Amino acid sequence: MAADSVEREILIEASPEVVWGVITEPEQISRWFSDEADFEDRVGADGTLTWKPGGRGGAKELDNRVPIRVVEAEPFRRFSFRWNHPQGTGPDETNSALVEFSLSEEATGTRLRVIESGIDAVTHDEQSQTRYVEEHEHGWGKHFGELRDYVASKPHGATR
Amino acid sequence: MTTAVAADDALWAAVADPTRRRVLDELLERGEATTTTLARGLPVTRQAVAKHLVVLDRVGLVTGQRSGREVRYVVRPERLDEAAEAIARVAAQWDRRLARIKRLAESVQAETKTAL
Repeated sequence: MAADSVEREILIEASPEVVWGVITEPEQISRWFSDEADFEDRVGADGTLTWKPGGRGGAKELDNRVPIRVVEAEPFRRFSFRWNHPQGTGPDETNSALVEFSLSEEATGTRLRVIESGIDAVTHDEQSQTRYVEEHEHGWGKHFGELRDYVASKPHGATR
Repeated sequence: MTTAVAADDALWAAVADPTRRRVLDELLERGEATTTTLARGLPVTRQAVAKHLVVLDRVGLVTGQRSGREVRYVVRPERLDEAAEAIARVAAQWDRRLARIKRLAESVQAETKTAL
């Protein structure tokens, strides 16, 4: 697993078919993710996730619209998409994060695992770079990768 | 220079302990917490959590502020790389989303069973 990724999982007492519906149908997505979702669950489809003022993303003046492109859609097993690339551009490894859901059936339901990677590509800003340089000069810089690895490797069982 | 190296060694000794990393994780997710609230979410005693917090405080990863009889701890963000913070935030966001997905899917499943 790359350093700039997180992996979380949860056991759900429902069939993979039901879980698949919740994570891929736009009307369901608006109940756990963005306030509005507009895309099709087919590979290559471009769409938009929208957070409304006062909605789940907190109070903001304007709609926060985030592009999304479906990368993989294998019903009841795998669903992945890239998101957070600049409006009007195609997503790739350098300008977007990749979210990968995998579903596996278990005796009591479905284990849903999510990995988000490429977070570095969408969190770099001037402030963090300035801070990096400052802290590097104070002797902390060489360990940033290790510290980040440790944060990224948090135990998966911590899901609450 | 020697001081900086010594400080680094102390930092890595501090986070080398898995339980201490759990304490740090808990604190990162909660934002601010007392020893008692942290101990509630961890499989160790309050006394053990208190000792770990002292070590983390000594290397500057956390800082405590007295509030009545308890000390409220926060992670010192200047000690954590911006990216590490972002990672932790993303992880906490996914935990919340997965919990919502679970709730939704389980209620859909329950309705399906009732209908049969």
